[in-house]
Amino acid sequence: MGETLRIYLQLIGAQGRAQASYRVSFWLDLAGNAIVVGADLLTVLVIYTQVPKLGGFGVAQTLVFFGLALAAFSLADLFVGNIERMKTYVRMGTLDGVLVRPLGVLPQLLAMDVGFRRLGRVAYALVIFAVSLSYADIPWTPSRVVLAVVAPLSGAVFFCAYFVATATVAFWWVESGELANALTYGGRDFTSYPITVYSGWFRKLFAFGLGFGFVAYYPGLALLGIPDPLGFPSWLGWGSVLVALIAVMVAATIWRTGVRHYRSTGS
Amino acid sequence: MRVIDVRGLRKEFTVRVRKTMLRREKRVVAAVDGVDLRVERGELLGYLGPNGAGKSTTLKMLTGVLHPTAGHVSVCGFTPVPQRIKLARRIGVVFGQRSQLWWDLPLRDSFDLLKAIYRVPGEQHAAQLKRCRDLLDLDSFMDTPVRQLSLGQRMRGELTASLLHSPEILFLDEPTIGLDVVSKQAVRGFLAELGARGDTTIVLTTHDLADIERLCSRIVVIDHGKVVHDGSIQDLHLRYGSRRRVIADFDVAFTYPVDLPGVVLESSTGTRLVFAVDEVGPLAAVLAANGSLRDLSIAEPEIEDVISRLYQTPAGQVG
Ligand SMILES: Nc1ncnc2c1ncn2[C@@H]1O[C@H](COP(=O)(O)OP(=O)(O)OP(=O)(O)O)[C@@H](O)[C@H]1O
Ligand SMILES: [Mg+2]
Repeated sequence: MGETLRIYLQLIGAQGRAQASYRVSFWLDLAGNAIVVGADLLTVLVIYTQVPKLGGFGVAQTLVFFGLALAAFSLADLFVGNIERMKTYVRMGTLDGVLVRPLGVLPQLLAMDVGFRRLGRVAYALVIFAVSLSYADIPWTPSRVVLAVVAPLSGAVFFCAYFVATATVAFWWVESGELANALTYGGRDFTSYPITVYSGWFRKLFAFGLGFGFVAYYPGLALLGIPDPLGFPSWLGWGSVLVALIAVMVAATIWRTGVRHYRSTGS
Repeated sequence: MRVIDVRGLRKEFTVRVRKTMLRREKRVVAAVDGVDLRVERGELLGYLGPNGAGKSTTLKMLTGVLHPTAGHVSVCGFTPVPQRIKLARRIGVVFGQRSQLWWDLPLRDSFDLLKAIYRVPGEQHAAQLKRCRDLLDLDSFMDTPVRQLSLGQRMRGELTASLLHSPEILFLDEPTIGLDVVSKQAVRGFLAELGARGDTTIVLTTHDLADIERLCSRIVVIDHGKVVHDGSIQDLHLRYGSRRRVIADFDVAFTYPVDLPGVVLESSTGTRLVFAVDEVGPLAAVLAANGSLRDLSIAEPEIEDVISRLYQTPAGQVG
């Protein structure tokens, strides 16, 4: 086990060295990420210049959801974001090479392209989350402190599982990139706002069916100490851990089925 | 010892064929259609066939990349797909068309990473690398990033990479594709040396028949996913009745009839006669007895001819 971990660390290190030869692009990405994150943040603030409440929540509270979602998403993106290149790996035959090596397929693919470039986004996200917590008047208790650490992590695990599951479609359907993208970013945007702004079957499907309500909304409510306007109990905030584990199991099953159906390319 | 045992191997692909603008039809094509193959340890096997015959698909099933639709596969005693990881430690694979090296890093780094991935003990890695460096002349580009290597240099790197963990079987899918004459010879010479040592089994696909002539004692030819020949090159010549040629040049036109068993006059242009023969001796004696013989040469049967005749024979029909 320790040995295997060392191998992956070595692979990731090699990837870091390879990316170091593109240093300019690293700094460009860092600046680019700041702009993207800044724009998203600005969107929230602009909305609140027009309305006092959104889905029943004030700006400070919404920023907790926003920060939590962003932290979870960018952490996941750091580790498994490159899985969105799955279709390229299939098309280019990279996967053939990965399959003839004595290591797991998924860890190899992930280690092949760890997003050091995306480190900037993680840093911005954690800062935004921390600042939002300090502005939100949280009635701190020991369990809330633990939750403030656990929630972004389990959200990250949830997004990791989600990325892997959607990218797996490429095993069957090589041109699936756009769909996977739409699902990925759609899921992130959904979690950035309180789920009370959505309604009907759409909310049911995304928040509960697909589990996005447990990334930011319920843990966020538990942190804020606010009862759920939808009437669910507050311990659902801790449900994010369970939901993340379920997501991992589902994703692992989809992934394994995908690998089994892998058909390589004709040349 | 039998290292590869394949029976009734089959791989189907479902392809969608566009019928009209909107309608697409599903069709199942059998890329590999009932292949039987047994390979003993130390064999150097040439796996031939026209484009689309199913060579790469077979190799992918033997190496654990693809799941067979049907049939039994055992490689080094393992069933490739479920035992992919165990198998991977025992085989080496080179896909001529794609690289398995780390594109942005110096070649040397790829070798170090492979050492870790395959957990090769230090001395074994050093010894194996040293041998490859000497035989394949790697020294001048060990520190060059792989993306800057020429195709020939890269292929030498790929070969080395596939051998560092001392695999029992080496699978090579078109290892000489796109290489110039010198690089091809380097690769062939290296494989010949490896094969001669007798402990590595080599399975190789290629469209360059010179690779086969130089390297392979046994060739398996497939077409439309079916094996159409399995044996030595001599067997193939025998089967197609291809014979050696004797080309005789004379100072003055040679008009005497030659009537020997197993000798056929193929063409005659006055001073040059071409015969197809089973045995050269008797004919040579007759020709030499004529005082005006200037030059005599013998041409081995062309493997290209035989193979192209084989490819043109409808699959399943024995020539
Ligand atoms: N992933 C795939 N999806 C659909 N069809 C495929 C796939 N891979 C191979 N085929 C089809 O299977 C057949 C055999 O292909 P394969 O690549 O094994 O041929 P090959 O003998 O290696 O040919 P070549 O000499 O051109 O490399 C071809 O008809 C090819 O179109
Ligand atoms: Mg091929």
